[in-house]
Amino acid sequence: MLNQHEIMQTIQMIDQQHLDVRTITMGISLLSCAHSDVKTSCDKVYDKITKYAENLVATGEAIEKEFGIPIVNKRISVTPIALVAAAAETDSYVPFAQAMDRAARTTGVNFIGGFSALVQKGMTDADRILIRSIPEALATTDIVCACVNVGSTKAGIDMDAVALMGRTIKDLASRTADRGGFGCAKLVVFCNAVEDNPFMAGAFHGVGEPEKVINVGVSGPGVVYHALQEVKGKPFDVVAETVKKTAFRITRMGQLVAQEASRRLDTPFGIVDLSLAPTPAIGDSVARILEEMGLEVCGTHGTTAALALLNDAVKKGGVMASSHVGGLSGAFIPVSEDEGMIAAAASGALTLDKLEAMTCVCSVGLDMIAVPGDTPAETISAIIADEAAIGMVNSKTTAVRIIPAPNCTVGDTVEFGGLLGSAPIQPVHPFSSRAFIARGGRIPAPMQSLKN
Amino acid sequence: MKAIVTVIGRDRVGITAAVCSLLAQHNINILDITQTVLQEFFTMVMLVDTAACEKSIGDLTDILAQAGQEQGLSIRIQREDIFNAMHRI
Repeated sequence: MLNQHEIMQTIQMIDQQHLDVRTITMGISLLSCAHSDVKTSCDKVYDKITKYAENLVATGEAIEKEFGIPIVNKRISVTPIALVAAAAETDSYVPFAQAMDRAARTTGVNFIGGFSALVQKGMTDADRILIRSIPEALATTDIVCACVNVGSTKAGIDMDAVALMGRTIKDLASRTADRGGFGCAKLVVFCNAVEDNPFMAGAFHGVGEPEKVINVGVSGPGVVYHALQEVKGKPFDVVAETVKKTAFRITRMGQLVAQEASRRLDTPFGIVDLSLAPTPAIGDSVARILEEMGLEVCGTHGTTAALALLNDAVKKGGVMASSHVGGLSGAFIPVSEDEGMIAAAASGALTLDKLEAMTCVCSVGLDMIAVPGDTPAETISAIIADEAAIGMVNSKTTAVRIIPAPNCTVGDTVEFGGLLGSAPIQPVHPFSSRAFIARGGRIPAPMQSLKN
Repeated sequence: MKAIVTVIGRDRVGITAAVCSLLAQHNINILDITQTVLQEFFTMVMLVDTAACEKSIGDLTDILAQAGQEQGLSIRIQREDIFNAMHRI
């Protein structure tokens, strides 16, 4: 029999420490929706998504009630649209984004991801059309997310795509200028993108995935922070053990929810993503965990080491708690979505350069970072190239989700609202990378031996 | 189905009686109760069996939450599985 202490501990985690399941994401293959006629293809996309995900939201809400655990988001990821739309005779894939948007609204989910292209080794005609369609697609829809994979450890980095993405991000920011460049919050540029990521904006349903699948993303920075408060001043061995035990508990809950959702929706269970995903709420911050380890402010010297420990311990604790682990799995460090990161960036302690170093040891990368609106496209491309290089060489996923906030400069703050939070504008280096980006071509794949 | 009912709030006369009679009304059998009062703060944890209850746990969640609200308490019911998942290997 469970004892009262254990039960109250769980209740406290949910009530006071923001424990939740961050997302149940249904992956849906749209490969069967390809058609030479755009309208026919879009109709098939709409019909398939609404049929498969018809009960997703209701099921999520029912599980939430029975277990008494909040499930914050219900989402859908689909096959990269560049693959689905390639057969369509058209020069714009915007109608596909609009079909996704309509289908997502019908099902009641809060985001749909997969307006995507995988171009790590080069772009097909369809990939180019998709990337060209991104600014209009994301500016004219609300809940569609896009991602483009520009590099991988096996293929190297497609620098033509990197250059194109810098310009795409600038165009998208200007089209959504009235909302602080909000469109860019829905666009991720990846290196080593994973096919089973349940988190937005980078979720898509990979071609190696089944017809449909349920992936679950857990969360719980607040729970880890609270646990670490109990071991103040203890050596790092104790810190790592504490994080592992906490991550285990959080993940077990995610696994339970994932299995239940999979059974009720008659959809195979894919993976649990062991990520520490923060929110702008007080007490739900990854930055505050790092500070609890003994740093005055997140971003100061020692931050990378603290993050490395946290990221590794979360995985070690979580991996035994779930039958299948995947997705991005690690600590997220989105600046605008983390109350402690926002404070650290606003105080000047957390710079873009430090964030880049932190991405070498944690999940994903430069995430939800706002930079001045007049940042040149080539500088954004160069930031993407740096981040992709880190992912490529270290055989890990890295990403850039950057917002050149129109008409904003260092000292301003741009508000996105909700889970996307608010971001202080961070300075970028004023020195040009224009000639570097103008070269184009590909950066070759790195050595996989002789590692030093 | 086994479920855990938790009641949290400021202590006063009749909390246990009120919650137990509410559960009885819905044909919910109480298998185990632990209860503590710490600095006027009342905490009760019950293991219950809902097999004979006609309502779903989802519906019971609303019924108990509303009854709790009327009495200035937090009353919730959750499937036992979540606690087992978190605290038992």
